[in-house]
Amino acid sequence: MRELTYVEAIREALNQAMAADPRVFLIGEDVGVYGGAFGASAGLHQQYGAGRVVDTPISEAGIAGACVGAALTGMRPVGEIQFMDFITISMEQLVLQAAKIRYMFGGKATVPMVLRTPGGSGTGAAAQHSESLENWFVHIPGLKVVMPSTPYDAKGLLLSAIDDDNPVIFVEHKLLYKTKGPVPEEPYRIPLTQTDVKRVGQHLTVVATSMMVPRALQAAEQLAAEGIELEVVDPRTLSPLDDAPIIRSVIKTGRLMVVHEAHRNGGFGGEIVGRVAESEAFDYLEAPIKRLCGLDVPIPYNRTLEAAAVPQVADIVREAKALVK
Amino acid sequence: MATRSKVSASANGQPRASKKPARADLIPTEWGEAGAIERLRKMMLIRAFEEKAEELFSLGRVHGTMHLSIGQEASAVGAASALRVGDYLLNTHRGHGHCLAWFGSDEKLMMAEFMGKESGYCRGRGGSMHIANVDANNLGANGIVAGGLPISVGVGLSIKQRATDQVCLSVFGDGGANTGAFHESVNMASIWQLPVIYLCENNQYAMSMPMKKAFNIPQVSDRAKGYGIPGVTVDGNDIVAVYRVFQDAVARARAGQGPTLIEALTYRWRGHSKSDKQAYRTRDEVKEWQAQDPIRRFGRVLKLSDAEFDGHRVWADQRINEAVAFSEASAEPKIDQILEGIFA
Ligand SMILES: Cc1ncc(C[n+]2csc(CCOP(=O)(O)OP(=O)(O)O)c2C)c(N)n1
Ligand SMILES: [Mg+2]
Repeated sequence: MRELTYVEAIREALNQAMAADPRVFLIGEDVGVYGGAFGASAGLHQQYGAGRVVDTPISEAGIAGACVGAALTGMRPVGEIQFMDFITISMEQLVLQAAKIRYMFGGKATVPMVLRTPGGSGTGAAAQHSESLENWFVHIPGLKVVMPSTPYDAKGLLLSAIDDDNPVIFVEHKLLYKTKGPVPEEPYRIPLTQTDVKRVGQHLTVVATSMMVPRALQAAEQLAAEGIELEVVDPRTLSPLDDAPIIRSVIKTGRLMVVHEAHRNGGFGGEIVGRVAESEAFDYLEAPIKRLCGLDVPIPYNRTLEAAAVPQVADIVREAKALVK
Repeated sequence: MATRSKVSASANGQPRASKKPARADLIPTEWGEAGAIERLRKMMLIRAFEEKAEELFSLGRVHGTMHLSIGQEASAVGAASALRVGDYLLNTHRGHGHCLAWFGSDEKLMMAEFMGKESGYCRGRGGSMHIANVDANNLGANGIVAGGLPISVGVGLSIKQRATDQVCLSVFGDGGANTGAFHESVNMASIWQLPVIYLCENNQYAMSMPMKKAFNIPQVSDRAKGYGIPGVTVDGNDIVAVYRVFQDAVARARAGQGPTLIEALTYRWRGHSKSDKQAYRTRDEVKEWQAQDPIRRFGRVLKLSDAEFDGHRVWADQRINEAVAFSEASAEPKIDQILEGIFA
């Protein structure tokens, strides 16, 4: 099959959604001529014009609010927040407006919006450009949180997110943008809330998100040579979560490790562990559960410290061995 | 276009050359010959620092990203010239110039921070976008557009409560002036008459967004009226002109007469950051502004010969080379200290 990079897959999804539905439009900082800070909308401004690829002033609360208002009134906006860090400035509109409007209005309004944003560290941009804030949104009823780890998932999930009648926070990863993988040309949809087993194995269940998925797969490759088989499970949609495949996997392997880049304290790993502990899988556990997460530290600028702040392949290998022993 | 400001601007935002030499073209007597040269050298030091940083980046010896202020040096040095030790600075992502122009700044510690070294201003944890020198009341650059604006309200309040005559310089870009933080900050500083000087460095673009598409008013300083404070637009490539408007603003602030909004018209010569193809502007436009090089212009005011001018630049390059040598000889941070400095 044809290969695309993750960012090309996202661009293709945007393009196909815009071509198919005149209600879909893009809005964000430098999404026009510039093509978006990471190139996700490159060329779309030329194709669809400034009316459907809307450059905004630096107004993150305004971008989120514009999406809410447009979505409430019949459009299907796709907003971009240039770096996930800046979504902190959009919080009120997302948490107090977008997430709650439908409920507060007795189910009589819909807010079909997507807010795309790149998270994650690894670019040397230090603490204000490296956040992984997905769990802030997981906590909020009324928001969906999607976090693709491959080009294939990125396209299929983004098309589903745009179709969805709810606000969706779509978290991309800066280091994934240039990764390649097979992507069908025609539009296709991957249902939201569908956990995916990325690799089958019997010794240890590794639940990983975003950039940690390729790292877990690399670790699995290395460990396979030593006879340790990891089962790598990618939730893809963090909220609402499809936890059944995770529970099934833990019942099978008897061991669980959760790997994410976000800080451990209050991170998504706690939710996964909680779900497993509450389930029938609890009785099958043969070892303590491990959360391998970002350290509880702002992402440092220095390259060595930055790498040490989030899980790397070698960390996954080491911790997996310790668990399986 | 009509403005109430001290210098007018042409339709493309460029300062017009005035007919008769303005007062601001003369060297302020309080600077003296030596003080003027010192300021020229400071601008050259900033230019040399950034050109070197750019070179090191392309060689892979500096990583991450950076926002160069090449072409905007007069704004930073002119502003600092009207301030004094003990005043505060809240800086932006494009803040290398302000950092170097600030009191007691050391280009060695700055360069070491760029290289992520333990000896850097922030022990290598911050990098270009987060350089601070808290001992000198330089409260830091910011990775968040307008991130410093609300903070400057707090600094102003603290100055007022401590009843000192300090002043807070709060820098942001034209883009920063369109954030909600700008509105809240300026309004609060105005109603409480805080000693904050708002310096908007209008370099015509916020990344790719041209100023004239992001504002429906001719000048950023026009907004001052809505907050009941003075607003001034100044040729930001004229160090003396910047200094003069700052003198007035500083005097008002120290006398308890509240904030001023100063808009310095200038231009960034380089791309927004290290990954900008600059599809939103023309080469000719860049060239037009390069003819307004603030450093060359001040060199002409000082009537320097080419040899004298170049000699100062050699001095600046030497200092920067020493800073690079210092940084390269400095130690990397230790991984086992990664968790240090999170909590007091
Ligand atoms: C809240 C926030 N939004 C967006 C960005 C990304 N960004 C960094 S600088 C910049 C443009 C800023 O323009 P301006 O304020 O005019 O300053 P300049 O870069 O021109 O000096 C943008 C969009 C950011 N760092 N912070
Ligand atoms: Mg600007």
